[in-house]
Amino acid sequence: MKHTLSVLLRNKPGALSRVTGLFSGRGFNIESLCVAETFDPQVSCLTVVTRGEAAIIEQITKQLHKLIDVIKISDVSEGEFVEREMVLIRVRAEAGTRAEVLRVIDIFRGKVVDVSPNSYAVEITGPESKIKAVIDILRPLGIKEIVRTGKIAMMRAPKK
Amino acid sequence: MSRAPERTPKRNQGTVMSKIKGTQAIIKCLQEEGVEVIFGYPGGAVIELYDELCKSDIRHILVRHEQGAVHAADGYARASGKVGVALLTSGPGATNGVTAIATAYCDSIPVVVLTGQVPRALIGNDAFQEVDIVGITRPCTKHNYLVSDPEELIPTLREAFYLAASGRPGPVLVDLPKDVMAAMINFPAKAPIRMQTYQPNVTPHPNQVEKACRACLKAKRPVFYVGGGVILSGANEELTRLAKRLNVPVTMTLMGLGGFPGSEPLSLGMLGMHGSYAANMSVAKSDLLVAVGARFDDRVTGRLDAFAPQAKVIHIDIDPSSISKNVKVDIPIVADCRLALAAMNSWLDNSAEFQVEEVKAQHQPWVDQVLEWDEKHPLSYMDAGEVIKPQYVIEKLQELTGGEAIITTEVGQNQMWAAQFYKFCKPRRLLTSGGLGTMGYGLPAAIGAQVAFPGSTVIDIAGDGSIQMNIQELATARECGAPVKIAILNNNYLGMVRQWQELFYNRHYASTVMEVTPDFVALAQAYGAVGLRARTKAEVEPVIREALAVHNVVIMDFSIHREEGVFPMVPAGKATTEMLLV
Repeated sequence: MKHTLSVLLRNKPGALSRVTGLFSGRGFNIESLCVAETFDPQVSCLTVVTRGEAAIIEQITKQLHKLIDVIKISDVSEGEFVEREMVLIRVRAEAGTRAEVLRVIDIFRGKVVDVSPNSYAVEITGPESKIKAVIDILRPLGIKEIVRTGKIAMMRAPKK
Repeated sequence: MSRAPERTPKRNQGTVMSKIKGTQAIIKCLQEEGVEVIFGYPGGAVIELYDELCKSDIRHILVRHEQGAVHAADGYARASGKVGVALLTSGPGATNGVTAIATAYCDSIPVVVLTGQVPRALIGNDAFQEVDIVGITRPCTKHNYLVSDPEELIPTLREAFYLAASGRPGPVLVDLPKDVMAAMINFPAKAPIRMQTYQPNVTPHPNQVEKACRACLKAKRPVFYVGGGVILSGANEELTRLAKRLNVPVTMTLMGLGGFPGSEPLSLGMLGMHGSYAANMSVAKSDLLVAVGARFDDRVTGRLDAFAPQAKVIHIDIDPSSISKNVKVDIPIVADCRLALAAMNSWLDNSAEFQVEEVKAQHQPWVDQVLEWDEKHPLSYMDAGEVIKPQYVIEKLQELTGGEAIITTEVGQNQMWAAQFYKFCKPRRLLTSGGLGTMGYGLPAAIGAQVAFPGSTVIDIAGDGSIQMNIQELATARECGAPVKIAILNNNYLGMVRQWQELFYNRHYASTVMEVTPDFVALAQAYGAVGLRARTKAEVEPVIREALAVHNVVIMDFSIHREEGVFPMVPAGKATTEMLLV
């Protein structure tokens, strides 16, 4: 079962390696990891996507809590949440396919961020399923390079 | 004078304060923390701190290897309950301490390790004796620090002591760049430490306490399974009171020995791989398992699905991550063990549901059953005439010290025989590397314990293999006047591994025969210590008597039955009821 954990941690040197070291040292898996400063520059937010049964996720959460630099952990995938990932794709775009590439990107509400005589670099944002779909569609046209950010996520505000 | 860049001079701004040198501030801070002794080894990066240390009233004990320094600080902490302190230089000094830091980490021992580091400007430059010790020790410390701002030096040290001793204790390392220690800094006044991200829960939840008490009153076949948390939190008296008034048998992990008096009829001794028959059977047949400050280690549980299969599980532990880690817990109590047991006692004091005689009678058939197991298969060994049996040596040590000695052990058969045959009646009397299983722990730990209790008898129960892992600390013991006694159970084998090879590898004794072993008597004498040897059973008692009478370091070399094994034994991965009894 896939879980998306949002971890707030003190923005201290080595704090990130405490978290990643914990995952590798205890054999927990990391599918994606994304970290940046929050509104408060002393605090970083780390979004980690991991996989495991309930007991494993419970251990991950408890072990993370033991790290002195960790402030708060929430399993955002426990409830309703929004997740986004950004991907930059350099795709072959030669005379015969340039228009086709642009059409596909338009369908996915992507943006061209770099142009060369035989390729486009495009930026696409969305949940994992959308990123996967766009990659599948562009693959036959010739993907030259892909860079992904990994996922970030946020719980939806209560509706009432 | 090296001038440190003062990046955050906010602290104490506007007040007139005279600055002092970082090294002076460190010593002052250590004094404030109540540090009386430091175990260490000097080097380039800490030379200035040594200069200051040796002018102070803090005692410094010079070890012969940095591993010994941290083990000694650990032994001091285990014996006294205070925070142990070790001081090492940068690079190899720090890396030599790593095994001992990991040892303290696995057994949750409060130790503060100070390491020197190259000046800040050289960090990352592959400087001489530079190593990223904070990176190396990240997974084996409770927390660690590299002090990069001189004004953070003292707040960091205070936090280190606080972290080491509070919550689930553990080692904390503080890496001190040479120029940070040389900087002129303000010495901030001491204030209570509050950490936003670290607030261990020590008080038990009353509802959970009530549930736990009710479960104890309802159970027909309850058993207490207690570990090192009982020792660390000083819960032994509350535990003894609770177990006796409820008439419930108690079994202990290696780390828990002494947490409940071994002399009590309700004591089943140790459980697990080399636990007693009665201990393992009682857990297997119990309907309620009350785990206190124990962590369901694989050496205790054996095959997990066969561990206490019929039991409801209560688990008291200060570390939430220990709860339901290996075994699913029905009633968790996250709290300090002493406070939790005290709360249970006080709930019983005030409850009309608790009728002491009724409960005792309710549990009596079960206690009778457990005692019958114990009578049927007590811990025992075959006498071998004049050949010395190691268990006999332990029994004699127990008898001649009145069970009052502080015992340290090495790791392997010596450790298990000590755990089985020395009846520990008080906490903090057995100092042993339980979690990590570090050979070479016993001698330096004994020195630490002796420094904490100069008037006590401290005995390291050792094997001929493991004593050689830190034998150099004989010099430390001699130099600091710690008259520790070392009892080597000498079988010219790495006995525990040999035992496994005998049982599971067709007696193929691969690399477990030590063909060259020093003459330990002559070795002791070479260090200015006393060496005694016993080759026959009749010589055992006189040798121990002589060793105890001498005010000096003594090595007792006991030539024991070579192929004696530790039994009962649960083969790795088997159910604890599948014990090999001989």
